[in-house]
Amino acid sequence: MTTALELAEQVRNGSVSAAEVIDRHLAAIDESDGAVHAFLTVLHDDARRAASAIDDRIAARDDPGPLAGVPVAVKDNLCTRGVPTTCSSRILDGWCPPYDATVVERLRGAGAVVIGKTNLDEFAMGSSTENSAFGPTRNPYDADRVPGGSSGGSAAAVGAGLVPLALGSDTGGSIRQPAALCGVVGMKPTYGTVSRYGLIAFASSLDQVGPFSATVADAALLFDVIAGHDPLDSTSLDRPTPRSLENVGDGVTGLRVGLPVELVDGVAPEVAAQVRRAAEVLSAAGATVTECSIPELKYGLPAYYILAPAEASSNLSRYDGVRYGLRVDGEDVEAMMRATRAKGFGAEVKRRIMLGTYALSAGYYDAYYGQAQKVRTLIINAFTEAYRNADVLLGATTPTTAFALGAKVDDPMAMYLSDVCTVPSNLSGHPAISVPFGADGDGLPIGVQVLAPALCEPLIFQVATVLEAAAPVMSAPVLAAATWSGR
Amino acid sequence: MSSEKISRDDAAYVARLARIDLTDEELDLYAGQLAVVLDHAAQVASLDTTGVEPTAHPLPLKNVFRPDDPRPSLDRDEVLSQAPAVEEARFLVPRILGEPQ
Repeated sequence: MTTALELAEQVRNGSVSAAEVIDRHLAAIDESDGAVHAFLTVLHDDARRAASAIDDRIAARDDPGPLAGVPVAVKDNLCTRGVPTTCSSRILDGWCPPYDATVVERLRGAGAVVIGKTNLDEFAMGSSTENSAFGPTRNPYDADRVPGGSSGGSAAAVGAGLVPLALGSDTGGSIRQPAALCGVVGMKPTYGTVSRYGLIAFASSLDQVGPFSATVADAALLFDVIAGHDPLDSTSLDRPTPRSLENVGDGVTGLRVGLPVELVDGVAPEVAAQVRRAAEVLSAAGATVTECSIPELKYGLPAYYILAPAEASSNLSRYDGVRYGLRVDGEDVEAMMRATRAKGFGAEVKRRIMLGTYALSAGYYDAYYGQAQKVRTLIINAFTEAYRNADVLLGATTPTTAFALGAKVDDPMAMYLSDVCTVPSNLSGHPAISVPFGADGDGLPIGVQVLAPALCEPLIFQVATVLEAAAPVMSAPVLAAATWSGR
Repeated sequence: MSSEKISRDDAAYVARLARIDLTDEELDLYAGQLAVVLDHAAQVASLDTTGVEPTAHPLPLKNVFRPDDPRPSLDRDEVLSQAPAVEEARFLVPRILGEPQ
């Protein structure tokens, strides 16, 4: 498969036109996405127009930027002006935002072409993309299995070779978990490094936008484009973001790698085995690997499933049938709101709103929300302590490989446990990446996770590059696009 | 805090706070599922947090200010074009207070 770096280089040096690149990818999507259902909207006309504008700039000897002519798929909870942005919810069906998310603007500014909007669990709540009002996405390696979630459409689009790059959002693992299940690279940046302006809010203190790609260098390339201060997001860090791409090949010599038992024990044996194999790879490459224990990590999931629904119940109060989206009539304004929300929200979103409202209600606030916020502090302190003896941490991304469609839809708690290895980084705000590393006995991809302190993105890309180079060879996904990927 | 029991009435109260009409079937379903999830979440109670400050947010940000420079707002007509009901350049809603006139 041609990487984004290669595509941009080819477009910039004129060996291929952006129009040709976009036509090839549109053809691949048209041919193969019926089986995957990664996309909710494919922007045939907009993408061709954007590609033609890139080609005009090349002809005028202007440089369109580091992503010149590269098609990028965008999760459908990121606002695109004049293009439907649904969050996979009936309540926003047909809504066209009056502005672009900052990350979408940055894509366009770097010469990228937004080729379509991808499927997700409704409002990013889920771990399988089955909670979409528009039907599930399939895992490119096995059409009867889930792609993970909530950014399952973006992960599957890259995994199936339909696009080289995609954007997702990660609140409790929603980039890293589907990346692991679809055999692609997925990274959650440090909280505050990527603007959330135009990312439709789920849990504002946890949400972060990040890249999906087939290679680690491409993820670094995309991260460098989207990172940076944005005055439109008051939680955006106003300090220089470290560049990642130029250092991806720096290796791991002398690096201290911690292997927390909490991120290895308790996951499926085949997943744990690959994490240990990844540790051996880093050790052979010159790093020092030390087992450690961070007992507080096991409180990450219970704290998360109080804090995230609490924030969600507040954020989603804006869907009231007044300013945008669905309205169901009622005799007064409150009846209208209750009826609109009853019809517009799916089962999981209602469940999370109920959970969050309960946890924030009088009499329970201190016991649940207040206590979970203190546990969040303890988890941050525990990470800080672990990073005294380690530069990065290594662990599993997910407890299992891709599970069957329908296997967990009726058991919310079982579904929530899919996030056990990923939520601690959201609570701490630290960056983490999932890199494909081998497969289980059924040929389903396994991801290993690299975690680092705040603003240490360059380091996790360096470690991920070493792992990528030594990763066991995978068979091609069964739902791969045949027309251009050359897999 | 563990082994929460949540009744249909409790669930109905929460649904009212959240402004969602739920059927009796949904109330029973969510009452059961909330109890299971809250039972798991109650693990946080087993940690000693005496003297621990709560974290609302991972960044050490306090107030964030920007210069008070005027800049264009979103286009009014474009915003209103997405609303379910509009009258005279305003969002139109059903009555909010009192009896119908």
